[in-house]
Amino acid sequence: MPAVSKGDGMRGLAVFISDIRNCKSKEAEIKRINKELANIRSKFKGDKALDGYSKKKYVCKLLFIFLLGHDIDFGHMEAVNLLSSNRYTEKQIGYLFISVLVNSNSELIRLINNAIKNDLASRNPTFMGLALHCIANVGSREMAEAFAGEIPKILVAGDTMDSVKQSAALCLLRLYRTSPDFVPMGDWTSRVVHLLNDQHLGVVTAATSLITTLAQKNPEEFKTSVSLAVSRLSRIVTSASTDLQDYTYYFVPAPWLSVKLLRLLQCYPPPEDAAVRGRLTECLETILNKAQEPPKSKKVQHSNAKNAVLFEAISLIIHHDSEPNLLVRACNQLGQFLQHRETNLRYLALESMCTLASSEFSHEAVKTHIETVINALKTERDVSVRQRAVDLLYAMCDRSNAQQIVAEMLNYLETADYSIREEIVLKVAILAEKYAVDYTWYVDTILNLIRIAGDYVSEEVWYRVIQIVINRDDVQGYAAKTVFEALQAPACHENLVKVGGYILGEFGNLIAGDPRSSPLIQFNLLHSKFHLCSVPTRALLLSTYIKFVNLFPEIKTTIQDVLRSDSQLKNADVELQQRAVEYLRLSTIASTDILATVLEEMPPFPERESSILAKLKKKKGPGTVTDLEEIKKERNSDVNGGTESTPVNASTVALPDSPLQGSLAELVTGPRPRPSRLNSSRLAIHNLQTGVPCLFKGFFTSEEHSGFWLISLNTSLLSVCMASELNIQSTPSPSADLLGLGAAPLTSSAPPPSSTGSLLVDVFSDSASVVAPLAPGSEDNFASPDLASSEVVSEEPADTVHDADELIHKFVCKNNGVLFENQLLQIGLKSEFRQNLGRMFIFYGNKTSTQFLNFTPTLICSDELQSSLNLQTKPVDPTVDGGAQVQQVVNIECISDFMEAPILNIQFRYGGTFQNISVKLPITLNKFFQPTEMASQDFFQRWKQLSNPQQEMQNIFKAKHPMDTEITKAKIIGFGSALLEEVDPNPANFVGAGIIHTKTTQIGCLLRLEPNLQAQMYRLTLRTSKETVSQRLCELLSEQF
Amino acid sequence: MRSAGRPGPGSVPGQVERGGPDGTGPAGGGGAMMRFMLLFSRQGKLRLQKWYLATSDKEKKKMVRELMQVVLARKPKMCSFLEWRDLKVVYKRYASLYFCCAIEGQDNELITLELIHRYVELLDKYFGSVCELDIIFNFEKAYFILDEFLMGGEIQDTSKKSVLKAIEQADLLQEEDESPRSVLEEMGLA
Repeated sequence: MPAVSKGDGMRGLAVFISDIRNCKSKEAEIKRINKELANIRSKFKGDKALDGYSKKKYVCKLLFIFLLGHDIDFGHMEAVNLLSSNRYTEKQIGYLFISVLVNSNSELIRLINNAIKNDLASRNPTFMGLALHCIANVGSREMAEAFAGEIPKILVAGDTMDSVKQSAALCLLRLYRTSPDFVPMGDWTSRVVHLLNDQHLGVVTAATSLITTLAQKNPEEFKTSVSLAVSRLSRIVTSASTDLQDYTYYFVPAPWLSVKLLRLLQCYPPPEDAAVRGRLTECLETILNKAQEPPKSKKVQHSNAKNAVLFEAISLIIHHDSEPNLLVRACNQLGQFLQHRETNLRYLALESMCTLASSEFSHEAVKTHIETVINALKTERDVSVRQRAVDLLYAMCDRSNAQQIVAEMLNYLETADYSIREEIVLKVAILAEKYAVDYTWYVDTILNLIRIAGDYVSEEVWYRVIQIVINRDDVQGYAAKTVFEALQAPACHENLVKVGGYILGEFGNLIAGDPRSSPLIQFNLLHSKFHLCSVPTRALLLSTYIKFVNLFPEIKTTIQDVLRSDSQLKNADVELQQRAVEYLRLSTIASTDILATVLEEMPPFPERESSILAKLKKKKGPGTVTDLEEIKKERNSDVNGGTESTPVNASTVALPDSPLQGSLAELVTGPRPRPSRLNSSRLAIHNLQTGVPCLFKGFFTSEEHSGFWLISLNTSLLSVCMASELNIQSTPSPSADLLGLGAAPLTSSAPPPSSTGSLLVDVFSDSASVVAPLAPGSEDNFASPDLASSEVVSEEPADTVHDADELIHKFVCKNNGVLFENQLLQIGLKSEFRQNLGRMFIFYGNKTSTQFLNFTPTLICSDELQSSLNLQTKPVDPTVDGGAQVQQVVNIECISDFMEAPILNIQFRYGGTFQNISVKLPITLNKFFQPTEMASQDFFQRWKQLSNPQQEMQNIFKAKHPMDTEITKAKIIGFGSALLEEVDPNPANFVGAGIIHTKTTQIGCLLRLEPNLQAQMYRLTLRTSKETVSQRLCELLSEQF
Repeated sequence: MRSAGRPGPGSVPGQVERGGPDGTGPAGGGGAMMRFMLLFSRQGKLRLQKWYLATSDKEKKKMVRELMQVVLARKPKMCSFLEWRDLKVVYKRYASLYFCCAIEGQDNELITLELIHRYVELLDKYFGSVCELDIIFNFEKAYFILDEFLMGGEIQDTSKKSVLKAIEQADLLQEEDESPRSVLEEMGLA
């Protein structure tokens, strides 16, 4: 090796670096740097032209200063000048400076690109290498645009030198990663695949990286790489350790290339060709066999390289998940590593086993290692290894070992590192729920969790335990008893007080028979914790107290005394004060019947995905908790959406501090229909309840939750209660909007609750039509004009589909509202969509006082529609009581794009007559939109790419509604696409972008809407990658303006 | 429940989103590339940084600070891998220097560890028993060697000979360049 002539290339630089190193303080260093910067600046500005050497030296000094962490704002031009030098070292320093310091100065980029262009054309391999490195280092879109066409040519040209080929392959890979749209596939792809056969292993290595990335997005195009990769791999693994000369690393033949080939194969399913498949299996077996052979060297490099290939082979085996024999062998190999003395191997074995645990072939084999893994949890000294052990225990858990694993995790939790406690808590909570055979065990586990790690128990966890207790009446008594006992501890965690308060408020009566837990004792126990708790918990306890008033009339006066005390009635916190006032008043004026109704036990929550799983998923990032869909906030863009603005609030009554705020939107959708004792007033309350979900929509965090309470302040509980009584007197016929789903105009905000009357109107009416105070018998107020005209279905089964497409159009840009209404029946909808999936809640409200019999709603899809839209639902109860409502959930999956809408047919008997109603169900293609934000440049880039005539659909039409910019914007967002601001050069135009998700494909969509105010016309243009999609979206959106 | 989630930068419709969960940018297809490499001393002085994904200067500084803290706090016998943000970090200490690579979820930890070792071997061969000072005073060489070895976060050539040959050639060019300079240019005759 050449002895390095340290610094004598650039003596000045070495001196400067020494100076900096000799600086005693930060200040001295900064002073020295400023001096140097001033010097360089004056040299660059000086009259005397600098020679290349000086320029190089100064540029290098600037680079050094930058790397020390200081900002550099000059010298770029000098560096660019160096690029065009013919001296290699000057060019090299110039490129290095550009690579490290380039910014988006477009003027400079043009100059740099020019220099690169010259070097690429120079046919001097060292210069070409420098230029390619610079492109790869900067990798900006401008560079991609300039060179992405050129590089594939260099890569596959016959006369390109090997080293340049390697650089070209990786440079292209880098550009493809940032700007795939600039890298067109073409003839060169097949020639790139053949580089896998190249003589030069360096070329093969670089090409394999490139092909792997390209194959992930264009699997068809690179399919032939599979057999080539297999044969290459086979040649490597069977070669003697010296065959590959310099590509052998510590006696391991070409470990990097092997790993890369194995990764490439993970882009594809197992090879179809039996011969290729057999050869691959042989390779994998050979790799597994080699792991058992004695090491050829004691060096850690040898074993690391060998095991790197082994782990990658195991990844491929797991990816294929098709050879039970290999899977079990892999598992045994990992089992050996679990006890290896190398920490690194133990770590990787735990990690790899996690994925193995999810394969049905190897799950049992993984389970046999449980003791070792538990031991790792107890003895590993490195927290990152223990973390892997927790992950693996979680992955290998099933019904057979859940109790053991949960117990071990709880055990570990007592001493676990703070950084991973929350995650362990979530995992324990999920396992306890998932594998609970006995719900008393579940309750015990969660309470233990709160005891051991109360601070790390997130809200989702305690919401969930309450949800489960409420839904399972076999565990309620046990839960009440257990929380009561747990609360006896002198210092218990606030989360326990919350759970205890909630559960005793609901089910305290189940243990009240025991004199040791009499009502008064329960109350005193809870109240002893009251003053130590935070405001939200105290608010919850107040709700518990009012529930006690109903459960235990004997302690009513005690509770009233507490509520009446100054610390409550005059509490500085407005929420607590309001609750105290309202609850006190409620307990004083309401009759026992009303109290019993208002404070009735919570209805069961609809079964749904555990909010804890969602939380874990969120914490770990997508892809790690695979059995779950991503939790995402519901889009709050109901264009006509009155739901958000409806100031309903009976929630304080129905849901004292609903524990499941994270998921309330779904949890409280509609109470179960119950036979009415107190017909009208019950109904009124339930009406109020149905309003609740609207309010809760989108409230996910506790901050937002408290925000909700703030909103709720202006509608007092009392007024709602009084109003409900008013309602009893004033509306003899409960023909109100049963669902509270009426659509409000876009602009209406929550009307001020000036009087109870107007509040009620908003609660019950379709606010599009009603602002007038409620007058007895004025039923017409309740129906919106367009719905009032709906046909009354007569006795003969009518096949007419109501309002045909108009109804569909009403729902294109919104998800909730009244779908249909006549004198008998009201149908309301709430729906939500995420990617290619959706869920629709259909509410059938019986507006009469007579039962509907044989009530059968049926979903009808044409054959064509059936293949592209998958709808699943359960039958509803055939009897719908007068004034009651039933709910039906439809799960929707979009398989491919579709044109028509499914039909909802409802048949029932009412007072001896047969009714038959058909309406189109507004499931339209745009519901599967996912908005996409993009910059102007990207938009037009994409726009141009979709210039094929079939991809575009245009419609010019007259405005049907006033041309209001804000409403138009809201509609485009409601349609599902992103509204892109400052993209169109004409600010009057609207552009949007999004992706339609179907199960089979995803279709990128761009839209542009150009209003013409004079002519009162619009021009709408849709461009998507699929003709039918452009057509359908254009049809749907044209009807909206 | 439609998402308002934003796609990662650079993604366009019609193309599957592959943004990292924190939106740090498009993960290389399938998530298997090196994101960056850092060399820093036990005292927390950064000696070399190489980023393979466009990152703002501010973000770079923040990440460097954060990661140095995490790595320096680890004890000698601990494992060489750790999860950090949405990345995997592979590090190894050689004398007073830490070599630290951030890779994506799918990437192979052990081979990355050996990649670090191979780079150290290259430095060692080139400088002749490399020490921290060599890297401080010849930082540009350390970058050149790294560039010959890795490109765009992928290994370019694993053969020690090929990489060193490329660097030697460059050094030869340097000598050719430099000898005439002293005679002609300094006299202003070039």
